[in-house]
Amino acid sequence: MSTLLERLRRLGTENEFLYLFLHSRLAMIAAAVAVLGMGAAALAPLIAPVDPYDIGSVDILDSLVPPGWTDGGDTRFLLGTDDQGRDLWSAILYGTRLSLIVGLSAIVFASVLGVTLGLLAGYLGGHLDAVIMRIADVQLALPAILTALLVDGIARGLLPRDSHDDLMLVVLTVAIGLSLWVNFARTARASTFVERQKEYVQAAEVMGVHPVRILLVHILPNILGPLLVILTIDLAVAVLLEATLSFLGVGVPPNQPSLGTLIRTGTEYLFSGEWWIVLFPSLTLVMLIVAVNILGDFLREVFDPRLR
Amino acid sequence: MTPDTSERTLPDALLEIRDLTVTFASRFGDQTAIENIDMDVRRGEIVGLVGESGAGKSTIGAAINGLLPGNGRITGGTVTLSGERLDRLSEASLHRLRGDRISMIFQDPQTSLNPLMRIGDQLIETIRQHRDCREEEARSQAITLLEEMEITDAAARMSAWPHQFSGGMRQRVVIALALCTEPELIIADEPTTALDVAIQKQILDLIRRLADERQVGVILITHDIGVIAEVSDRVVVLRHGQVKERGVTARVLGQPEDPYTRSLMAAVPRMDRKLERFRGIVEAVDTDAAATRRGRSARVRQSDATQSDATPSDATQLDSTQGDSARGDSARGDNRGTATDATADESAGAAGKPLWRVSGASATAASDWLLGERNERSPIHDPILSLEHVDVIFDASPGYLFGLGRRPGVQALDDISFDVAAGSVLGLVGESGSGKSTLAKTITGLVTPARGTLLFDGQELPSGRARVRSHPSRRRIQMIFQDPYSSLNERHSVESILIEPLREYDLAESRAERRRLAASVLELVGLPQRALLRYPHQFSGGQRQRIAVARALLARPELLVADEPTSALDVSVQAQILNLLKDLQSTFGLSMLFISHNLAVVRQMADRIVVLKRGQRVEYGDSEAFFESPASPYGRELLSETPSLALLDAAPRR
Repeated sequence: MSTLLERLRRLGTENEFLYLFLHSRLAMIAAAVAVLGMGAAALAPLIAPVDPYDIGSVDILDSLVPPGWTDGGDTRFLLGTDDQGRDLWSAILYGTRLSLIVGLSAIVFASVLGVTLGLLAGYLGGHLDAVIMRIADVQLALPAILTALLVDGIARGLLPRDSHDDLMLVVLTVAIGLSLWVNFARTARASTFVERQKEYVQAAEVMGVHPVRILLVHILPNILGPLLVILTIDLAVAVLLEATLSFLGVGVPPNQPSLGTLIRTGTEYLFSGEWWIVLFPSLTLVMLIVAVNILGDFLREVFDPRLR
Repeated sequence: MTPDTSERTLPDALLEIRDLTVTFASRFGDQTAIENIDMDVRRGEIVGLVGESGAGKSTIGAAINGLLPGNGRITGGTVTLSGERLDRLSEASLHRLRGDRISMIFQDPQTSLNPLMRIGDQLIETIRQHRDCREEEARSQAITLLEEMEITDAAARMSAWPHQFSGGMRQRVVIALALCTEPELIIADEPTTALDVAIQKQILDLIRRLADERQVGVILITHDIGVIAEVSDRVVVLRHGQVKERGVTARVLGQPEDPYTRSLMAAVPRMDRKLERFRGIVEAVDTDAAATRRGRSARVRQSDATQSDATPSDATQLDSTQGDSARGDSARGDNRGTATDATADESAGAAGKPLWRVSGASATAASDWLLGERNERSPIHDPILSLEHVDVIFDASPGYLFGLGRRPGVQALDDISFDVAAGSVLGLVGESGSGKSTLAKTITGLVTPARGTLLFDGQELPSGRARVRSHPSRRRIQMIFQDPYSSLNERHSVESILIEPLREYDLAESRAERRRLAASVLELVGLPQRALLRYPHQFSGGQRQRIAVARALLARPELLVADEPTSALDVSVQAQILNLLKDLQSTFGLSMLFISHNLAVVRQMADRIVVLKRGQRVEYGDSEAFFESPASPYGRELLSETPSLALLDAAPRR
């Protein structure tokens, strides 16, 4: 292990990013936690002892069993079970998976939307810029939760009842994405505005290169740095938003628990002494969010020399 | 290099630097920025410190007053100010010393004044910081100082804000600030680089007068030989952190002894004569190339100084490439001999290894390709480009919301007419804000004129947005930009940068053909074909500008618009690029609009000349005639203010 680290460090003297990363213990720990969390979530069906979505595997008689190492615990259930007898460890793995899927797709949606609008606003300027940025201002004035609730509410009203549960994930993704696009749009616009003045863009314009090509091939690669930072930080926000919405009961359907849903169920039992149902999903969520946030901060420092 | 024995025992030396060595710690190990520097400054004397970027000029200044960045240390030698050792002082006593006995004048007067503090308050604060006195006393002293700086109505200007002053006036205030505490030594780091020639002349005169009257010692750090020739008594020439030559200014610049100084002087464009090409210039190893090769861009100015680890190899490089350039000069029938900074790159890179080449690609192939096109097409209308009564008006403010709050515009160009004769170079000069770049942008279609017509090759050229992307002039008019650090897209490889025009104008059949042409033209402009595989940040400024020239050539242009193509470059690199442009222009019969604020550079390039002043044409005619006897008062003024090296031909001044 130490030789591997040594070798990496030697490589790091050539690559600035790698150098800074390998000399930041915090960033390395955060990366390890995030990778571990995401890996476990991705491999949930392989790792989890039982499938919490499979009603057949759940026995109501096993409900509210405390964690394995405590008095009255059952070795079958490492972290105990919830009110319906689901293994909490498995539920957390599957829940993290769902949370991350929703968070990631929401952030992809938000970034594609935001970056597209930001590039257009920054490059074309004028009225289009004014319109897009005023919409962004309005969007920013609404709390993210409210936007998400609004989208969710409208979707519930519009969609037929029976397809509701199937489409819930999509609705949730759109809802979260819509409340997060502004950050991307603003950053992309500001960076594009700066890049647009640079001579390489003028060179392309003089040459008569198509504007779409200028935006995607010339400008976009040059503004990726700050966008990557927002992407990371907002990923944490998206996961948190998903948990919040699920906690409020407007998120994922209860038969497919996400971390938020697990925490919501858990709070109902908190005062009757069944602490583990709320504690373990919460810990997982906190660890994941903190790790991703630290990574985001690290990236911001790397890309912003003024903060060094 | 030239041991100036008299200097060792100066009786009245104010500042004595002996064997000064500064190293910077970095993760690549310690790097010596300056090595064994000896230097003296007497009272009332201006000592010029010249050198190209990375020579360590600013590092010496920073070492004297203890302002080296955190990773820099003085590792040897002494700095003595009036008998007191400075290199051993604690941070606290250094802080007292700075400003008190040593003051600094920085390059940019925009940033060295606090924009949120009135001029008077800044002066009073500085005076009271160093001397215990009442506010009224400090105020009257500040007013006296401003008057000494030739600021009229000083008492009233005390309550003005920095933004209400022009650049030159601001620099006067900065100098007043530097003098507040009656220092013994002033370190002026490029004090006039950001200013126009007229203002530059005034500021230099002011510094000269202060040195004479107040008997202050001045270290004048600059890359501009003209500035040094104008005001300094003695000069120290630096290269890669080492003193190359020192002595009385007229002697060092007039009859340089060191080969480096000699080649440096050969590269300085002379305003008093036109040269066919620059000869005997150092095929300098571009100083920032080594830095960027290690993945460090010139982000931090100080880090520029950390180059001297390359010194030993560079020394040999210097000798060998000088031989090369001599041979190249004599055998220069084509322009392949200009493989200059590239030669350095070659030997530094894969010595002995077979070089990466594209099959069928060569400079000759590029020449044939470029010339072939000229033979195919119908003869060009002469003049190739005509401007008739062009006006450009800019909106002062684009307006906040849907154009609300828009203010009336500013006239950037006022009734401009001129012709560019086919196959000739038209020089365009003017101070900043005179509309030079606006004119370039109007011609290339980035700016829409309010009035007037443009004729290209006898045809009317649609202006601004009206010029469709597919308009044939897009290819036939190409532009070379000022800043090679921003004109090449950092995220693209050199190959994809060069292929863009070929792809855009559909000039090559296949991928392989495009690559072959790109490699050929790259060789034509003096870079190895291997450079195709690299990225812009791996090249120095001069090499980047060569890539930019190659990009323009690959469109097979007929008219080149070069907007200050060398003003971001060191003087020896500038000479190389000017040589390259001259060669290409004459070989391929290109027409060129050459824009520069530097009259000396324009003289070397232009056949005819246009002088702009605040958007108006004040001179238009034969270039040589203008330099010999300008017709307008403004033209005469401009010529007299530009530092000239003519005095070097005369007898030494002092």
